[in-house]
Amino acid sequence: MRKTSLDMVQEMALRDPRILFIGSDLGPDTLKELKVQRPKQFLMEGVSEANIVSMAAGMAMEGWIPYINTIATFLTRRCFEQIVLDLGLHKTKVRLIASGGGLVYAPLGPTHLAIDDIAILRTVPNMTILAPCDADEMRRLMLLTPDVDGPVYIRLGKGGDPVVSRAEPACEIGKAILLREPGDALIVTTGVCLQVALAAAAELGKAGISAGVLHCHTLKPLDADAILKHAAPVVVTIEEHILIGGLGGAVAEILLGAGRAPRFARIGIPDAFADQYGSQASLMARYSITSENLAATVTRLLNQTHK
Amino acid sequence: MTDHELQLKSFALRRAMLNLIVGAGAGHTGGGLSCMDILNVLYNRILNVSPQTFGDPHRDRYVQSKGHCVEALYAVLADRGFFPASDLATVCHYQSHYVGHPTRHIPGVEMNTGALGHGLPICIGMALAAKMDAASYRVFTLLGDGELAEGSNWEAGLAAAHYRLDNLAAILDHNTLQISGHTRDVMSNEPLDEKWRAFGWEVRSINGHDYAELTEALTAPSESGKPVFIIANTVKGKGVSFMENVAKWHHGVPSDAELKQALAELDASEAALKEAK
Ligand SMILES: Cc1ncc(C[n+]2csc(CCOP(=O)(O)OP(=O)(O)O)c2C)c(N)n1
Repeated sequence: MRKTSLDMVQEMALRDPRILFIGSDLGPDTLKELKVQRPKQFLMEGVSEANIVSMAAGMAMEGWIPYINTIATFLTRRCFEQIVLDLGLHKTKVRLIASGGGLVYAPLGPTHLAIDDIAILRTVPNMTILAPCDADEMRRLMLLTPDVDGPVYIRLGKGGDPVVSRAEPACEIGKAILLREPGDALIVTTGVCLQVALAAAAELGKAGISAGVLHCHTLKPLDADAILKHAAPVVVTIEEHILIGGLGGAVAEILLGAGRAPRFARIGIPDAFADQYGSQASLMARYSITSENLAATVTRLLNQTHK
Repeated sequence: MTDHELQLKSFALRRAMLNLIVGAGAGHTGGGLSCMDILNVLYNRILNVSPQTFGDPHRDRYVQSKGHCVEALYAVLADRGFFPASDLATVCHYQSHYVGHPTRHIPGVEMNTGALGHGLPICIGMALAAKMDAASYRVFTLLGDGELAEGSNWEAGLAAAHYRLDNLAAILDHNTLQISGHTRDVMSNEPLDEKWRAFGWEVRSINGHDYAELTEALTAPSESGKPVFIIANTVKGKGVSFMENVAKWHHGVPSDAELKQALAELDASEAALKEAK
């Protein structure tokens, strides 16, 4: 996913002279072609995220479209005020490509676990937040990003994630994609958790339970119409993010705000720093962000409904 | 321990670090090798810390701001007996507390680090607290030269001089490389000595692999009221010929064959040093 998103920046920058790549000490092999062919559209800065974000805002004020890439935690927490004021407030067309969204950097510990990025950025007016599920969807979404008004945050998964998205229906920013029709239940998901959701829905299907899957590649603006339209008697959300301020909370706000109260549960990361590390997969299992737990949660809520 | 004994120890530490990186399947090899001699001198000669006295409020404080080089710190702490050397085989494994940056789960670690640009400001706080509490401990941090691009370091630079923190020493692992290549090409920061002097620090430029120079720079009292900035000129990848001064070894993990060659080189250098005695 990371490679696809950066390759897309290169591809778009070679076509559009307003597009510029800014890295923060990413390594000598980053986007070599762009660096050689269009040196003006390639900047590799030092380890200075706050400076980079404000600098990009300055360039955007002058008509450039900067795409910044670095590790997600440093691109969100480290420069939050710069994001709020210089990007959000001024609606500057700066794009933040965040490597290692969620638990990807598990072996590197708490400084590198980007489990709160969506919550942080949802608070910024004018921000668009994207969390594609795989490289193919990344490609489709990246092509739309130059035209978005205001700043865009793009959350990257680990890379090499299985491709589960489909070319149809066409990707539209702000529009969720229904991958499975709901009946008894609806699973709402984002990012690479779509894989988990589809696996759980397939398992449930075998047990005669029809669980729909709604994939929100855009977390802000979140597609309230689709959520309300497809909400079933049971709604379960799943995300690789803390439960505070993430997809689950946002879906609950939409449902309750519209006077809907389905049986509801959220699956995600609890409000505590990680105490185990290992790999992304081991932490997903530790937090029960798994198809087994998702299927069991749907089943449990359905049984409650029937009581 | 004599300089010679410490130097001999440095080979065992480097081997332990390389082995644990291979076991972890991840790690910061180049920067670990460049700061190993600094850590060796700090923990075996300078800091009044030990596994037994780590809870003592009078202990010296060491915060490793370039937290990514935790593997070097693990090797040194294990050697000093803070935890069993066998723990090093669990680094980055699930259900192990040994992760790719320092955390306070680990005996001997003063602060969690890993987001660059935090160590020096934290040390300002610790050194200021020592002044306010009339405590005699000293405070040390280790910075990377790429890390210096973070603005927080320069804010801290002002504060340390302002508060006259002569109980503070910032050691710069000046290996001149960062992930993307030479620091001078990525974001030039020289002349560092003049900059830190202008900020009100006492600056000492030394060879960061020379045990006598390291010891002198880390012990000599500073001019009254001035924090000390030690520019330790080092070689990234020091001690393993094919890793020295090569940017890709920043977080390169040796293959089995590379590990074998690296260990053989360290063995040979150690034997030559023993011979030289
Ligand atoms: C705030 C922050 N931004 C980015 C990183 C990712 N990162 C880890 S090491 C490193 C390069 C550091 O270079 P330098 O300080 O010269 O370290 P050394 O060469 O001594 O290993 C970067 C950018 C980080 N750890 N923290």
